Amino acid sequence: MTRDDAFAQFLLRMGDNTLILGHRVSEWCGHAPVLEEDIALANTALDLIGQTQMWLGLAGEVQGQGKSADDLAFLRDAWDFRNVLLCEVPNGDFGRTLMRQFLFDAWHSIQLGRLMKSSDERVAAIAEKASKEVAYHLERSADTVVGLGDGTEESHRRMQEALDYLWPYVGEMFQSDEADAEMVKAGIAPDPASLREEYDALISRILSDATLTIPDSSFAHKGGRTGAMHTEHLGHLLTQMQWLQRAYPGAKW
Amino acid sequence: MYAQMIKSEATQDDPEKLAAFQARIDAGEKIEPKDWMPEGYRKTLIRQIGQHAHSEIVGQLPEGNWITRAPTLERKAILLAKVQDEAGHGLYLYCAAETLGVSRDEITEMLLDGRMKYSSIFNYPTLNWADIGAVGWLVDGAAIMNQVPLQRTSFGPYSRAMIRICKEESFHQRQGYDAIRKMAEGTPEQKKMAQDALNRLWYPSLMMFGPSDKDSVHSAQSMKWKIKMNTNDELRQKFVDQTVPQAEYLGLTVPDENLKWNEERGHYDYTDPDWSEFFDVIQGNGPCNVDRLADRNKAWDDGAWVRDGLLAHAKKKAARQHAAE
Ligand SMILES: [Fe+2]
Ligand SMILES: [Fe+2]
Repeated sequence: MTRDDAFAQFLLRMGDNTLILGHRVSEWCGHAPVLEEDIALANTALDLIGQTQMWLGLAGEVQGQGKSADDLAFLRDAWDFRNVLLCEVPNGDFGRTLMRQFLFDAWHSIQLGRLMKSSDERVAAIAEKASKEVAYHLERSADTVVGLGDGTEESHRRMQEALDYLWPYVGEMFQSDEADAEMVKAGIAPDPASLREEYDALISRILSDATLTIPDSSFAHKGGRTGAMHTEHLGHLLTQMQWLQRAYPGAKW
Repeated sequence: MYAQMIKSEATQDDPEKLAAFQARIDAGEKIEPKDWMPEGYRKTLIRQIGQHAHSEIVGQLPEGNWITRAPTLERKAILLAKVQDEAGHGLYLYCAAETLGVSRDEITEMLLDGRMKYSSIFNYPTLNWADIGAVGWLVDGAAIMNQVPLQRTSFGPYSRAMIRICKEESFHQRQGYDAIRKMAEGTPEQKKMAQDALNRLWYPSLMMFGPSDKDSVHSAQSMKWKIKMNTNDELRQKFVDQTVPQAEYLGLTVPDENLKWNEERGHYDYTDPDWSEFFDVIQGNGPCNVDRLADRNKAWDDGAWVRDGLLAHAKKKAARQHAAE
């Protein structure tokens, strides 16, 4: 694997995470439990789509095959997507959506903090811009997880169920491969495993405030960030997201 | 126009107070929530602001219908930002209604059980991507026609909400026009989508201004109170005059065989929408009424545990803080 291949892989991972999660969050539009949440969810989705444009734009540049961010978003098939599985699991109820957001935001904020020191200026600049948005996402999702975890008996139960369901998808964010090793060597991105300690400390604090229990299992599903095996859900998501571009090839929108 | 057929309340207040109130309005003063106001003025405003707010909220649904299918990242971002703005408009307007003594929960319940209405336009479906452009161009365009004059309305909080909202609505309209222009200038299929959108949304957009003046029985009192600034037909004519040249520029055909410039009047002559269809939609028989209300009800019911949970947490937190002091 050349360094550019590894770099492109890394950028796809960043951009596909934000693309797929942004898409999932946008599915809530007009259906949230309160108006303030409708606004906040749309805002989160909007930030994530904006970040996607930057990450995938740079990925296209590094690949050097003349592909735009839109080409990458709308014209790849599932096996070429590199997002972690956590981002593609269906929304479930509002509790699961917010728990997924929190578990991702916590990782995302730490990752972006490290990427601000990247040896690649373009990566550092994107991370800098995104980290401000993500700090706000994390503040909001953490507050909501605490509020609902430590709310009523029902909200507590639902949040614990959400955590139990999503927990096996957390570990993948910290797995690494050859491409990651290449990024570490080039000083572009940190070793994913090196984020775990800070992550565990952060989520333990919030989840304990939320009176929730982290499942006693370190089992982790994998296959998203390598593209080896996505969930069945991704294909359906892409079917919807890519439909117009696929049905009317070459049209300008 | 997001408020249609607002019934003004008859008022049975002290004639002296009424006269003084009317004098303030005639002098162009703003009425603020703490000021004395006739009960009819208050009730009519709650109905009008409420209907406008509900329209912003229900209006998220036909546009949200395309967020997950937006054809580019930029279009998706623009649409998300617009829908987020609309939810924000709902929020300002609910706050304006609250100053008149009706809580957001109360007014929401009235939408959900059908006691209050929202604009008829949102009971029409969005069927192809050009509809998203057409909604911005026509629906936001029609809303602006009505809301720009309402910036001068007599009720302070409503007027201020309108000033804030109008800026964003003009932005939506420009973006909508840009989106449909892309389609009208695109491939034959895209052009077909754009024409199809205009065909379906033209008359429903004209209906947004409410029935003809001759059938509009509630206008006089509202106009006297400056909570309605122009008649329905005035605004509709203005909208037609503004929109027809834009459609021509796009190379799209307005679906009205009788449409033609009337030199003498200095306006376009046009065909009125089918008012029986309008009344059907208002009565609940539009193509999407049942689904729209069911969607809003489901969101509200499914969200009950979230609202309860957050409230319970806020109470616990306050109690803990209190105990610590
Ligand atoms: Fe609006
Ligand atoms: Fe708008």
